[in-house]
Amino acid sequence: MSINGQAYIAGAYEHPLRRAPDKSLAQLHAEVALGALADAGLSKDDVDGYFCGGDVPGTGPFSMVDYLNLKVRHADSTNIGGASYILHVNHAAQAITAGKCDVALVTLAGRPRSEGVPKGGLKRADSPVQPDYAWETPFGMTILNVYAMCAMRHMHEFGTTSEQLAWVKVAASHHAQHNPNAMLRDLVTVDDVLNSTLVADPLHKLDCCIVSDGGGAVIVTRPEIARQLKRPLVKIRGAGEAVKHTAGGAIDLTYSAGRFSGAAAFAEAGLTPADVKYASVYDSFTITVIVQLEDLGFCAKGEGGRFVADGNLIAGVGRLPVNTDGGGLCNNHPFNRGGITKIIEAVRQLRGEAHPAVQVANCDIALAHGTGGMLGTRHGGATLIMERE
Amino acid sequence: MSVLREALDHQPETKAFWSELAEGRFKLRHCRACERAHWYPRAICPHCASPETEWRPASGQGTIYSYSIARTTAEPFVIAYVTLAEGPTMMTNIVGSDFAEIAIGKPVEIAFGHQVEDGITLPVFRVV
Ligand SMILES: [Zn+2]
Repeated sequence: MSINGQAYIAGAYEHPLRRAPDKSLAQLHAEVALGALADAGLSKDDVDGYFCGGDVPGTGPFSMVDYLNLKVRHADSTNIGGASYILHVNHAAQAITAGKCDVALVTLAGRPRSEGVPKGGLKRADSPVQPDYAWETPFGMTILNVYAMCAMRHMHEFGTTSEQLAWVKVAASHHAQHNPNAMLRDLVTVDDVLNSTLVADPLHKLDCCIVSDGGGAVIVTRPEIARQLKRPLVKIRGAGEAVKHTAGGAIDLTYSAGRFSGAAAFAEAGLTPADVKYASVYDSFTITVIVQLEDLGFCAKGEGGRFVADGNLIAGVGRLPVNTDGGGLCNNHPFNRGGITKIIEAVRQLRGEAHPAVQVANCDIALAHGTGGMLGTRHGGATLIMERE
Repeated sequence: MSVLREALDHQPETKAFWSELAEGRFKLRHCRACERAHWYPRAICPHCASPETEWRPASGQGTIYSYSIARTTAEPFVIAYVTLAEGPTMMTNIVGSDFAEIAIGKPVEIAFGHQVEDGITLPVFRVV
């Protein structure tokens, strides 16, 4: 059973704060939930499905459903890291299609900045019970250096350059300058990126995403309800998800789970990358964007460096506007997870509610894609394709 | 008890790897059904799902598949993926080599006796 046309994104809300020392984690989840409901023109009592990832306090949905005093008949706390929320929209659409709920709430929130969680240099908070733990963590593996190994291999196989990586950050900064809530709003140049500290060869400091507090939420509902609400209609056309891993030692760092989740989403949507007017693509690091753009089919494998260069991701300038909110590189990266902000900016673009300086003309088809976990070991990919109706 | 020791204690299926390595023997898990080696070592073959797996002596030879020089720690170090002569690619460190010597495709060999916390020896490599 396809979800194409069976569900709509009726509400979307991004928390305006990037530092929230005086708010609890549960409070942040509640604030974004209520923000998205208000955006949709719904109330909390309309919610009958709740979807959350690994960032909620407590076990799965329990504490947040309790905190918000919701009455749900469907809940899903699948955790594939930062890509979870894109997957949740897929699962919400499936549940709606199957008649298991009518109004689904998806939330992400976190306060890593206030809690002093360091960025990519952080050792993974993996559990020693994991079968892979002893084969990775003792070697000093961090989020940063394992993504750096992906970049190094990409450069080796395809001739990708540090300048090309830098263009991803430059594009993000061009967009973030128009976003009053963005954490970093200063324009940066390719030279700024190359001259920033080398943190894990070949990645520089400015190749890395920010750490911010805050969060976001979206509301997914069935067509009959979406049409009663006084909001532009954002229809879900297709979605895909996949897990990629180390394959018993047959490791290939040049591609991501996006190769499979993207293909599945386009097949369900009956669309091709050429139909996409705007793309939100997870940007934990500059290399992440390049690998995923290739895997999603926006260019051939190995061409990502050339694809992103020369401002090609900048709205109004390039061939594919990407992350027009400033992305995780400049705008927002709550709980060190990018999924929800990727959906929210895609919804803004489809509704024509993006900042005028970055609004894509006639934006009828948009894509949101996330990678959760580690590009260089095991991760989940989730892709969502939406249409303005 | 260190977290690494705790991790090893959780994995009885790989206990022999660590005790052999500590005595200067690098072994890989092979499958008697499909005759393939795999990484990381498992009781059940990840290629064909056979439980007929066993430890076999490994050459300790490989080449660098990818690497990075981690520079955010007090002492920069090299993290790498090494593709072993027997086929699988494994995460490791390259030790005792100038950073300038490190490159993708460089031949490397296992360096025994690299003890870390709690007396545990890690399988690390050096440039040949
Ligand atoms: Zn086998």
